[in-house]
Amino acid sequence: MNQLSFNHVVYLVEAARWTILLSVIAFIGGAMVGLPIALMRVARSKVLRGLASGYIQLIQGTPLLIVLFLSYFGLGILGYKLDPLVAAGISFTIYAAAFLGEIWRGCIEAVPKTQWEASDCLGLNSFQQYAYVILPQALRIAIPPTVGFMVQIVKNTSLASVIGFVELARAGQIVNNSTFEPFAIFTAVAAIYFVLCYPLSVAARTLERRAHAGR
Amino acid sequence: MPDAKSPTGESVISVDKVVKEFGPLRVLDGVSLDVTRGQTVAIVGRSGSGKSTLLRCIAGLETVQGGGITVCGHEVGRPGSAARAQLRRDVGMVFQSYNLFPHLNVERNITLALTLVKKQSKEEAKKRAAEVLSMVGLTDKIASYPEQLSGGQQQRVAIARSLALQPQVMLFDEVTSALDPELTAEVLGVMEDLAHHGMTMISVTHEMGFARRVADVVVFMHQGKVWETGPTADVFANPRTAEFKQFVGSEL
Repeated sequence: MNQLSFNHVVYLVEAARWTILLSVIAFIGGAMVGLPIALMRVARSKVLRGLASGYIQLIQGTPLLIVLFLSYFGLGILGYKLDPLVAAGISFTIYAAAFLGEIWRGCIEAVPKTQWEASDCLGLNSFQQYAYVILPQALRIAIPPTVGFMVQIVKNTSLASVIGFVELARAGQIVNNSTFEPFAIFTAVAAIYFVLCYPLSVAARTLERRAHAGR
Repeated sequence: MPDAKSPTGESVISVDKVVKEFGPLRVLDGVSLDVTRGQTVAIVGRSGSGKSTLLRCIAGLETVQGGGITVCGHEVGRPGSAARAQLRRDVGMVFQSYNLFPHLNVERNITLALTLVKKQSKEEAKKRAAEVLSMVGLTDKIASYPEQLSGGQQQRVAIARSLALQPQVMLFDEVTSALDPELTAEVLGVMEDLAHHGMTMISVTHEMGFARRVADVVVFMHQGKVWETGPTADVFANPRTAEFKQFVGSEL
C-alpha cells in the first residue's frame, strides 16, 4: 500500500484540470444549444415551442447519469465507440442546454411586454427587436442565474467518473485505491471542488445584488 | 383660443364599427370615429370604458374581431407584416409607462429606429435626435440613461423618439397618468406645441383641462361605445347624456 504523499495531491490538482475542461465544454456547448432552445420556447410557432419544450422535459426528467451511460456504453454497443471525454462532452452539452434553455426562456420573458410593444411601434422587425431591445435586457437578467448554474455544472462533472473519464472525482478514487486513506483524500477532493465553485457562487451573488440595485 | 392650424378635412383615421373582445368580454362594441388631418382628438372616459383599447387597436397592437380601421390609407388590425410596416411608418405611439429602452442612452433610444428602420446613417440619425430633443427641451440629456431622468423627462424623450420618425399621426395613451402635476404640465406643454403645429393626434387622457384647451374634438367613451362626441366646446357646454354629465362633474 502506498503512503499518501504530495505527489498524490499534485495528481488530484492535475485531474482538476479535466474537471475544468469538461465544465467549459459543457457550458459552451450548453450555451450554443441552449440559446436556440430558449428562443424556440418563446417562438410564435407552436411546433417550435413544442419541440423545445419536449426536449427540456425529456432531459430534465432523465438522470444525467443515464444520459452518460447512453452516450458512452449505449452508443458503444451500437458500434460508435466514443472517447470518454467526447461522450461526457456530448452528455453535458445535452444536459446543460436543457437547463440553460429553460433559465434563459425565463429571462427573455422577464423583459416587460411593453418593450416589445414600444419597439414594434417604432417599426422594428422581430429580429431587430430581439437583437437590439429584448436580448440585451434579458442578458442582464440572465447573468446571475447562469453563473449559479455553472456551479451545478462543475459539481455534476463528477458523474463523468462512471464512464472512466479521469477527472477530479475519479482521480480521488484512483488515489484512494492505492493509498486507502479515503477521509484525507476525499477531503482534499472536496476542497478542490470548493475552490473551483466558491468564486462562481460569490460572483453569482454579487451579480444578483447588482442586477437588483440596477432596477 | 385662436387655432393656429387649418384642418384640411382629409380623413386620416377612420374607425368603422369596431368590435374588440377579450375572451367573453366585449371591450369595444361597434366604435366608429373619424379624424381628419391636423385634428386633435381627446378620448375621455372612466377606466374600463375601452378608450385605451381603442387607441391600441388604432396603433395595430390589438387585432379586432369586427369592423375596420384605416390609418393613412393602411388597413389596421389585419395580419400581414407588409401592411404593418407601412402603418408603423405613419403612426407614432406614446405609452403611459414611457417604455424607453433602459439599456440605451437617450440618443440611442432615438436613433435606434432611425438607423434600423429608416436606414439613416449614424450622422443623419444623430442630427435628427438632436433636433427632436430640442423640440422637447431636453438637449442636455442626450447622453443620459432613462433611469437618470424624471418621469416627465422620460416621457418627453419617448415623445421625441416617436417624432423622430416623422409620423403623420401621434397616439398618446394616458401619457401623464403616472406623473405628478408639475411633470404632467411639462409633458402636456410638449403635446400642446405639437397640436398647434398641426400634428394629427389622438390622446387618451384624464386631463380634462388639456382636453378642453387643446382638443378640437372630444370623444366620451362608456361601456365600450362612443357615448358622446363633437367639437370640444359644444360637448362640454351641452352634455347630452347623464353619464357624461356625471363624468365631467366628478372630474371638477
